[in-house]
Amino acid sequence: MILRLAPVLIVTLLVGPILAGLAMAVLPAFGYLPALGGDTLGLAPWRQLVAQPGLWRSVAVSFTSGLVTTAVSLVVVLLFLASATGSRLDHWIRRLVSPLLSIPHAAAAFGLAFLIAPSGLVARLVSPGLTGWERPPDLLIVQDPWGLSLMAGLIIKEIPFLLLMSLAALPQLDPERRVAIARSLGYRPTIAWLKVVAPALYPLIRLPVYAVIAYATSVVDVALILGPTLPPTLSVSILTWFNDPDLSRRFMASAGAVLQLGVTAAALATWWCLECLATRLIRHWIDRGGRRHGEKPLHLAGKGLILLASLIAFIGIAGLALYSVAGFWRFPDALPQSVTTTHWVRALPSLAGPASSTAIIAIASTLIAVVLALAALENEQRTGRQPAQGRLLSALGLLYLPLIVPQIAFLFGLVVVMESLGTRPQHGLVIFGHLLFVLPYVFLSLSEAYRRFDPRWTRLALTLGASRNAAFWRVRLPLLLAPMLTACAVGLAVSIGQYLPTQLLGAGRVPTVTTEAVALASGGNRRAIGVWALVQASLPLVGFTIAIGLPRLLWSNRRGMRGTP
Amino acid sequence: MNDRHHLALEQIRITLGEVTLLELDAAVGPGEVLTVMGPSGSGKSTLLAFVAGFLAPAFQATGRIRLDGRDITRLPAERRGIGLLFQDPLLFPHLSVAGNLRFGMPRSTPDRSDRVEDALGEIGLAGFGDRDPATLSGGQQARVALMRLLLSAPCAVLLDEPFAKLDTHLRHEMRQLVFSRLHEAGLPSLLVTHDREDAEDAGGSLIQLSA
Amino acid sequence: MPSRTLAAAPLALLLSMPLHAAPDPADWDAVRNEARGQTVYWNAWAGDTRTNRYLEWVNQRMQDEYDVTVVHVKLDDTSAAVSRVLAEKSAGNREDGSIDLIWINGENFAAMRAADLLFGPFAERLPNFALTYPEHNPEVVTDFTLPTEGFEAPWGKAQITFYFDSAEIDSPPRDIEALLAWAEANPGRFTYPRIPDFTGSTFLKQALLALSDADEALYAPVEESDFTAVTAPLWDYLDTLHPHLWRGGRQFPASGPELRNLMSDGELALAFTFIPSEPAAAVADSELPPTTRSYVLEGGTLGNVHFVAIPFNSPHKAGAMVVADFLLSPEAQARKQDLAMWGDRTVLDVARLDEQAQALFALDEENPAMLPPDALAMTLPEPHPSWMTALQEAWLERYVRN
Repeated sequence: MILRLAPVLIVTLLVGPILAGLAMAVLPAFGYLPALGGDTLGLAPWRQLVAQPGLWRSVAVSFTSGLVTTAVSLVVVLLFLASATGSRLDHWIRRLVSPLLSIPHAAAAFGLAFLIAPSGLVARLVSPGLTGWERPPDLLIVQDPWGLSLMAGLIIKEIPFLLLMSLAALPQLDPERRVAIARSLGYRPTIAWLKVVAPALYPLIRLPVYAVIAYATSVVDVALILGPTLPPTLSVSILTWFNDPDLSRRFMASAGAVLQLGVTAAALATWWCLECLATRLIRHWIDRGGRRHGEKPLHLAGKGLILLASLIAFIGIAGLALYSVAGFWRFPDALPQSVTTTHWVRALPSLAGPASSTAIIAIASTLIAVVLALAALENEQRTGRQPAQGRLLSALGLLYLPLIVPQIAFLFGLVVVMESLGTRPQHGLVIFGHLLFVLPYVFLSLSEAYRRFDPRWTRLALTLGASRNAAFWRVRLPLLLAPMLTACAVGLAVSIGQYLPTQLLGAGRVPTVTTEAVALASGGNRRAIGVWALVQASLPLVGFTIAIGLPRLLWSNRRGMRGTP
Repeated sequence: MNDRHHLALEQIRITLGEVTLLELDAAVGPGEVLTVMGPSGSGKSTLLAFVAGFLAPAFQATGRIRLDGRDITRLPAERRGIGLLFQDPLLFPHLSVAGNLRFGMPRSTPDRSDRVEDALGEIGLAGFGDRDPATLSGGQQARVALMRLLLSAPCAVLLDEPFAKLDTHLRHEMRQLVFSRLHEAGLPSLLVTHDREDAEDAGGSLIQLSA
Repeated sequence: MPSRTLAAAPLALLLSMPLHAAPDPADWDAVRNEARGQTVYWNAWAGDTRTNRYLEWVNQRMQDEYDVTVVHVKLDDTSAAVSRVLAEKSAGNREDGSIDLIWINGENFAAMRAADLLFGPFAERLPNFALTYPEHNPEVVTDFTLPTEGFEAPWGKAQITFYFDSAEIDSPPRDIEALLAWAEANPGRFTYPRIPDFTGSTFLKQALLALSDADEALYAPVEESDFTAVTAPLWDYLDTLHPHLWRGGRQFPASGPELRNLMSDGELALAFTFIPSEPAAAVADSELPPTTRSYVLEGGTLGNVHFVAIPFNSPHKAGAMVVADFLLSPEAQARKQDLAMWGDRTVLDVARLDEQAQALFALDEENPAMLPPDALAMTLPEPHPSWMTALQEAWLERYVRN
């Protein structure tokens, strides 16, 4: 009975707040916001919005960066899987996925900026020896007007996400067998993978791909650090307008939020059209039957690109770590002149509070999300109703709404809704806010393994006289422990990284390492930023370490539990 | 295990949409084996799923399953008292060998540990209780799976090509073991296979399904 | 068991108290009594570890002295707090708001006043307020030309201060015209933060004050003058300046702190800040070289006072007022001005304080990166806030690519 309520509960819990929040953004967008004296509907906010200098350029950058980021990340992941499966690099990268995923977006962006800036680590390493630069060159690299550095920063973070999702979906396709058959027909390995596995894999990771598009078109923190500035991306402009001391701009900001929703929707629609086009082209490519041509470059690209992306991410983080202990450090010195612990010592006393409330919120929201996801999935198993693979439009598919609707479009409205309901900002409300984003990711990470789980195990348990519940607790749960812990770790990482929901729903009263890091970042002290970014990155790492270590520890004496079931 | 059980399949008819997959009317007495043979797609597995209580919602079935006279057609799988032996031994990989045997034993069973030890001795695996099932050989795993089934004290047994994956020399040995133990326990069994030798060793009546 | 009863007693007391009207600052003893045991949520920009440390010190002192807990709600942008109060008002939350005190001034204050989001008047009734001697220091009751009317209490002072590395530059430009010549001679070594950043906008106002002859027009609402005519010299100036700026004026840093980072990287040779102690603090934190020096332009630079205000729906107004009063005490003001703590200038009229209080403000040592105390005497008052908005819009219109 309770199980049957789970899907309904999930959908109302997620969809309700988003629709309510959107409504509270749409009303001011058409001039209705009584607290600011707006009590008639009209198009004035839209006229004001359209008159903003650089608006269409902002829209264009948001739109293209979303599509380009997604396309490049997807291609890199597919090429990697095609060329490296089974190799040593494959082994390596699989291990790196989790730590890469646990680096917060903002930290990765800071790291990249510090790496490629004219005064950055790369320039320092080759100066003045190779370049003769005694002083940083006056080059526009970071925050370029085309959004290239923004896209680079996003790609670095989206690759591990798409990779993790692909790795979760792959086993059910039995890629080794498919590739072996194709190779026996004369196809070279990389080409074989691309022709027989990739087309089957894509439908399974389509949803994560859509989530990446939505995220990349509306991201705020990375765009603030790496995105263009004159004008900035649409999402950053909206945030600036919402934060403008001139309160009358809230109307225009709301209109901007609605426009952002439109831009994201347009990007998704465009992608969908591109999908159709690509399907045809690829079918043609497969039909042509080429077996060898292009193997070498594809193979090299597959290995090289992912290696480059991972290296950039790690060196960026290493740069932050170096900065967190740096004394005076002038260009073109490759290393700081002195090392100091001042910044850590200064941060430590104020770490405990935010770190513990981060942990409480992350654990609570993840636990709730896991329970709800398990209940919904178990209900699906018991009623025998499974949505078709990769299908988007099932009722439970609404679960993914928070991943598709840009945060900035509904969170400001949601605050008003919550205030009207009389809920006061506190941990509970923040946990609820995090749940909106944690639950879809937990579900996304868990559902594949759950649905793929060999039904014979449960049947066996039942025929041995175990009840449905006993079969769940004593067989399914232990056997699915590893994917469940991974889903938990993903959930924790998502929660730890949340900024806007924490700040807005908690009224800033619930400090987390992320809100602290963002607040400090506004002061631009790179050494302090380095400290907090490392702390922020290390918390999710704890989760991933437990997710990998605990099953190994528990099943150290059970050989059959070592691979994923 | 001296209870004597009867399994009756009355006017069974399973359909998928407009298509009738199979029709069957049979009774299996204590210790008897009813063998159902047929090529893939003939509905063997569907029949087993129906009797065990796992029929997918897409199928429709009419008719009645009676176990010792009791109508169990609508009962959930775990309350039917029907045990199942698969192609693979499917020993729970997270439990020890003894844990696997204990899994199906009714809570009321007295002296559970002793029973487990005795059972292991009966299949030549005395002292294997604490072992990781993954370290056993294929034949040992198959024997543990059979013992686990018997210890769960079922009233009837379904065999889903239980010997298909065993080596030839093991296959004969396992057949002997399984059929003799089922006979001793007085359990009516339904065997689904496409191996004629299985049917011959089982010795009961045979139903041939067409594709 | 006894401990549990003890803990429950104040709670029961609290619950049995009737909801009452806002405390009256005229009866200060009553305010102090009511404040006891309250927790004051103070929303304040938290981009500087020194500021954050000072707020923690305030919390300690308030707990020890007044039994008031101060929680620093850390913001990256003050307007987030404005948004919050606005959202609460929209939702009809008139008594149980989440913010008790805001660090505020300028446009944000003007906006909150205009939207009736502030509690007051209270500032002039704070016992320590008299130490600012407002009759001699009108800036403590004026915020961007707007009279504060007691809706915010002065807290500290900021003023545009230029800084440079003396190892690299011998004589920095001393006025706006010289700045242009210097930039032409040193291309790519100077810039200002991107509009609408606060520090960047202040640079526009500073340049406009220096370049235009219509100074008095800037202290009245912008609607009352011919914006195009008044600002024409500014745009001419910027059009000439931009090609010589960092990145050729095609890009601007995000904020004042970002300028400091560019100085630290050696990308810029000359920069400015709104916080006079920032260069010295950055030297202490090894962000800037010890050869860093500060100065103000000839004829003075823009300066203003920053304040604390109480939202209309704060549930702890008494506590907030006690905090605002403590912030004005010689002890707290002197502590704040100490560079080892923060380095933010006092709003008290130190010369008029008694000797004992004056002694608290004595400087122990000279810091070479710090301005001499008299340098900040030449403070230009802020223009009317409407000018800021108009300048920002005109700038974006002119320099944002379409």
